[in-house]
Amino acid sequence: MLTRFFILVGSRLISFMYFLGGLGTLAFQTIYLTFTPPFKKDRVFEQAKKAGYDSLPIVALVSLFIGFIFALQTAYFMQRIGSEIYIASMVALSIVRELGPVITALIVAGRVGAAITAELGSMQVTEQIDALETLAANPVKYLVVPRFLALSVMLPLLTLYSDAIGILGGYIICVFRLGISSSMYIKVTTEALFYKDLFTGLFKTIFFGMIIALVSCYEGFNVQGGAEGVGQATTRSVVVTFIMIIIADCFFTAMFYFIFP
Amino acid sequence: MIEISGLHKALGGHKVLNGVYLKIEKGKTCVIIGRSGCGKSVLLKHIVGILKPDKGKVVVDGQEVGALNEKELDALRLKMGLVFQGGALFDSMTVGENVGFGLIEYNHLPHRKLLERIEESLALVGLHGIANLMPSELSGGMRKRVALARAICIKPQIILYDEPTTGVDPITADSINELIKSLHDKLKVTSIVVTHDMKSAYKVADKISMLYHGKIIAEGNSEEIQNTKNPIVHQFINGLAVGPITETLERFK
Repeated sequence: MLTRFFILVGSRLISFMYFLGGLGTLAFQTIYLTFTPPFKKDRVFEQAKKAGYDSLPIVALVSLFIGFIFALQTAYFMQRIGSEIYIASMVALSIVRELGPVITALIVAGRVGAAITAELGSMQVTEQIDALETLAANPVKYLVVPRFLALSVMLPLLTLYSDAIGILGGYIICVFRLGISSSMYIKVTTEALFYKDLFTGLFKTIFFGMIIALVSCYEGFNVQGGAEGVGQATTRSVVVTFIMIIIADCFFTAMFYFIFP
Repeated sequence: MIEISGLHKALGGHKVLNGVYLKIEKGKTCVIIGRSGCGKSVLLKHIVGILKPDKGKVVVDGQEVGALNEKELDALRLKMGLVFQGGALFDSMTVGENVGFGLIEYNHLPHRKLLERIEESLALVGLHGIANLMPSELSGGMRKRVALARAICIKPQIILYDEPTTGVDPITADSINELIKSLHDKLKVTSIVVTHDMKSAYKVADKISMLYHGKIIAEGNSEEIQNTKNPIVHQFINGLAVGPITETLERFK
């Protein structure tokens, strides 16, 4: 019984080490090839459209509702202590520093990361990735680099958009439901937010974008078996990306808390 | 010339190649026969450098494939075309973009010339006016021919075919055989054809080699293989249910 437990733990540990090693190697190759010519910007734009532009509606919808919900939840407590006016600053700070970046990253991981794993996984199963190699096209340069660049750039932009819509959600609730005047809401929001809040929120999303691109491509490349393998890899990709984003978020939040207190 | 010596490869703990020795002269067509899953495709993937040998080496035109750096390997790969068993066409691209992939990426031909080359390659495999279709709109046989067109579009000196006639109708199969022969006769292309279609093998081969249990167990021209005394080869080429190959399997059951 005990032996079996250790074997299980050991094999899980080994496969985790393999995963980290593989992901690290892919990250290194991707960064190296990002700065190695030839540079094909068309493929980056294509991926940027898929990851960024096509995600605008879902990000807007979720952010708006997060804005509504957060304003209402904050109002519940603030009304008890008679400080309704601070709802605006609470909403703005929470969304810009934390909710906007993380929610956007999770939406993109679910929507774009899963699609990347499924696409690359299907390519792997049908030998298209081998075909790329035989045609002297490096699969990392051809498939991973455009997605890596697109996601690292689009995620901060999407987050900025999400922040704005989230604050708008808070504005709608406060102005139309809680009776706070529009000018007051805007004034309190702008007074509460500093550039460093915006910076800390956006900076980490560059890394979230990298995590989504690398994990989803790595899982896609390592699909084994047929359709079932693609399904399993897609699930694993989303789960691993979620966990890594939350861990990275915790790390960056702690880092910024101590660097810019 | 392609020279494979002492090639060993294990995949997933299973020994697939167990000391393969094979020599293919420039401009010749070598057919590798063997049962499904005996490692024929794995052998092809070693020649193009997709897989690295556990032991042994593959030498193509004097260059050891496993020892080349990425740039040298890419240069070598552009001299070779591999026709995958299932076609391996890029789903997200049109037929034309698939066929011209190598030229679009590396040759930077003027657009008109590029289209000409694509049409010329498609015409060689008997397809016309399908450059704007997507691979999902093609039948299995057409996909295979498009894959062949993609391999010949870069005008390679070596073409590797992974079961080119499997899953296509007999007429298409024969036209593929004719194409392999004409590329060999006219352009002096070195070819390796992996197949278990014996009709195709006899038609195109200068040399037939049989892969069995990870080793080449017999070599010879079509006539020699047809008149072989080796019971394993005899059972395989005649498609007999009873013989040493199946007896070995029975013993494992």
